[in-house]
Amino acid sequence: MSRFWPLAVFVALVGFLYVGLYRDPREVPSPLIGKPAPQFQLPTVDNPAKTVTRDAMLGHVYLVNVWASWCVSCREEHPLLVEFARQHPVEILGLDYKDTRPEAMAWLGQFGNPYQSALFDADGRVGIDFGVYGVPETFVVDKKGVIRYKQIGPFTPEALNNKLLPLLQTLNSET
Amino acid sequence: MIPEIGNLALVLCLILSMVQIVVPIAGAQTGNRAWMAMARPAARAQFALVVLAFACLVISMLGSDFSVKYVAETSSRLLPVQYKIAAVWGGHEGSILLWLLMLTFWMTAVSVFSRHLPEAMLARILGVMGFISFGFLLFILLTSNPFERLIPAALDGQDLNPLLQDPGMVAHPPMLYMGYVGFSVAFAFAIAALLGGDLDAAWARWSRPWTTVAWTFLTVGICLGSAWAYYTLGWGGWWFWDPVENASFMPWLMGTALMHSLAVTEKRGGFKVWTVLLAIFAFSLSLLGTFLVRSGVLTSVHAFASDPRRGVFILIFLVVVIGGSLGLFAWRAPKVGLGGRFGMVSRESMLLGNNVLFAAAAGSVLLGTLYPLFLDALGLGKISVGPPYFDTVFVPLMAPALFLMGVGPISRWKEASLPDLRIRLQWAAAISVVMAVVLTFIKGSFSFAVAFGLLLACWIVTSAAVNLWGRIRPVPGVSTSLFSRLGGQSRSYYGMLAAHLGVAVFVVGVTMVKGYEIEKDVQMDIGDTVAIGPYTFRFNGVSEGAGPNYQYQRGNVDVLRDGALVRNMGPEKRTYLVQRNPMTNAAIDSGFLRDLYVSLGEPVGPTSWTVRVYFKPFVDWIWFGCLMMAFGGVLAISDKRYRIEKRKARAAAAASAAMPAGVAGAGVAE
Repeated sequence: MSRFWPLAVFVALVGFLYVGLYRDPREVPSPLIGKPAPQFQLPTVDNPAKTVTRDAMLGHVYLVNVWASWCVSCREEHPLLVEFARQHPVEILGLDYKDTRPEAMAWLGQFGNPYQSALFDADGRVGIDFGVYGVPETFVVDKKGVIRYKQIGPFTPEALNNKLLPLLQTLNSET
Repeated sequence: MIPEIGNLALVLCLILSMVQIVVPIAGAQTGNRAWMAMARPAARAQFALVVLAFACLVISMLGSDFSVKYVAETSSRLLPVQYKIAAVWGGHEGSILLWLLMLTFWMTAVSVFSRHLPEAMLARILGVMGFISFGFLLFILLTSNPFERLIPAALDGQDLNPLLQDPGMVAHPPMLYMGYVGFSVAFAFAIAALLGGDLDAAWARWSRPWTTVAWTFLTVGICLGSAWAYYTLGWGGWWFWDPVENASFMPWLMGTALMHSLAVTEKRGGFKVWTVLLAIFAFSLSLLGTFLVRSGVLTSVHAFASDPRRGVFILIFLVVVIGGSLGLFAWRAPKVGLGGRFGMVSRESMLLGNNVLFAAAAGSVLLGTLYPLFLDALGLGKISVGPPYFDTVFVPLMAPALFLMGVGPISRWKEASLPDLRIRLQWAAAISVVMAVVLTFIKGSFSFAVAFGLLLACWIVTSAAVNLWGRIRPVPGVSTSLFSRLGGQSRSYYGMLAAHLGVAVFVVGVTMVKGYEIEKDVQMDIGDTVAIGPYTFRFNGVSEGAGPNYQYQRGNVDVLRDGALVRNMGPEKRTYLVQRNPMTNAAIDSGFLRDLYVSLGEPVGPTSWTVRVYFKPFVDWIWFGCLMMAFGGVLAISDKRYRIEKRKARAAAAASAAMPAGVAGAGVAE
């Protein structure tokens, strides 16, 4: 019966819309979640002679926070991270993405430094290995070196307290 | 106090809307004239109450009453007055109130310009519209009340989203909503006709002007939105296939199909089932668009705050309104009957082609918009559908429609002769091909896409010229002046020509921009230059300053041509004080044949910046074409037959008899 097809199509559409209401379209899983963090060996922003490698971080739970002095949303996120690092024992590696040393230094001087080490990724190679497509992004890596969570865009206070904090507690209790 | 008055007005309006649904429709079914007569005053009183509520919100906004939550969320002390007004519809609650204001306005307009309608028909129409207004009132009162108080009051508001602090944004939503909501009239006419079982040519004649008016507003609204995106989003695009844009574009496509289908139903009595369905679809897509924008099921640059409660409410409302009307359609469609027969080649078949193509285009936009949602709901992953899909699907659907646009208006009703059409159009076709090829070569580089776009545009223009000449050419033995013959054509005929020529202008704009635009993202220090086409841009550095509620950094860019200064441009980067987010304000030098577009990126050194420099040939033709289409709509509505109908209707105020057939019937439909 041709006169019923508009109704039938509409009913199917409503089903999809209903399911869609309870999903968050912004939640895009990273293909790297559950996979080992990519290999890196980078100098720090303040000292070109000092390098940090992925393997040196094994056994630690840590965050990789991708930022840059040219990134506007990072200014929003940065004070939150500084505050978070002060209140909680957490190791944060900054990944300074496609930036220059003087500007990055000036930026950290102005806005504070929440990082255990701020890694200097001038050409963005490591960022590409991490699949960064926007700054800021943050990865949470567990003791075995596996990426467990990815925050796209700046952290909000809610995300820090409701998502990151419980996750860090679980990861720290893992052996 | 004032917000409470507004709230009370909405509650009273809700009660009134229930009366307006039940009493007139019951009256129409039982033939009770007194009950039917309730429709008019109820509709007008609803309008008055919503105006009152709206005025209350405007007053709260102008007085910066931050004890009203909505005002605190969308305004701030320093916000300039015109944007305080725009802030009334700058957030979710206010924009729904604006929707309602438009709806009750249309209801009142129907109650005023409806003296020629049979009483029962009018009662049903206003009853149906009353139902829609009931749904939206309930939605506002339950989930989105703009008068909700904030206790304790905020010291200052959170300011209007800087993206919306723009003159274009002041006018864009009202225009768009007038169009969106205007399709509710055609919808209500269709439902009333299905309820009453009298789907005749008169029904099409009555709903046609309403549809045209709504379509005209929607065209202007979309055009303003596109122009706004062009100069405020800072990357020079004019259409992004963003879900929110699509939400307004789908009703437009369906409305375009509906306008053409109504012409057939009015003139030939054909396509009745189709027309009813299109009327239902056009408004359903408006509602669906509201759902998509308001529920947050899709991501979009326009992202409004989402709240699942709101989504659930609108979804239920969609089920009742769209599901109900499609069910009614399925039940009543067999009674509608078929229209007159027509040949394979006839104006009917061309218009049918137009309908199918436009409906398919709306369908594919809908599919592309919802596809990410479908996949996600089925657990098949997250994807986003972007311009590549839409461009691939859209062009093949629109190209044949543009071809038909040339042939259709020349074909005869019922049965056209193919050889005759060929003779009449052969010159138009030949000239179009030659012009397309020549124009592309003049531009320097031949590209198939550009040649094809120009071919279609030329085809529309030349076939329109053939059409006009066919009507005004001197007839042997009859001496009339060219002017009197030109004046003898109806305004709706000129409206059709203007709208179709607008499409041609639009196509030229799109084709040229796509084919020949030059975009350069460069890093510039003081004194650096970059050359684009015949122009050289020289960067003179950046200065700082402050506007009423923002600070800005303004670039200073000289544009030179052959060494001579053409224009000094000042692209700005603004940081609004309250929300702290940066905004680009591109500097644009508009011209008839090209736009120069400069926008400031990010600082990369003490005095060097990334700068985007664009050369956009013919880009303004895009919006000018849209305005021409809208102007065509205005001409069509101002046609003599509608004015005569109105005058006659006044003379026979009490008469409920149908009007005589269209007096100077013309336009798309002659």
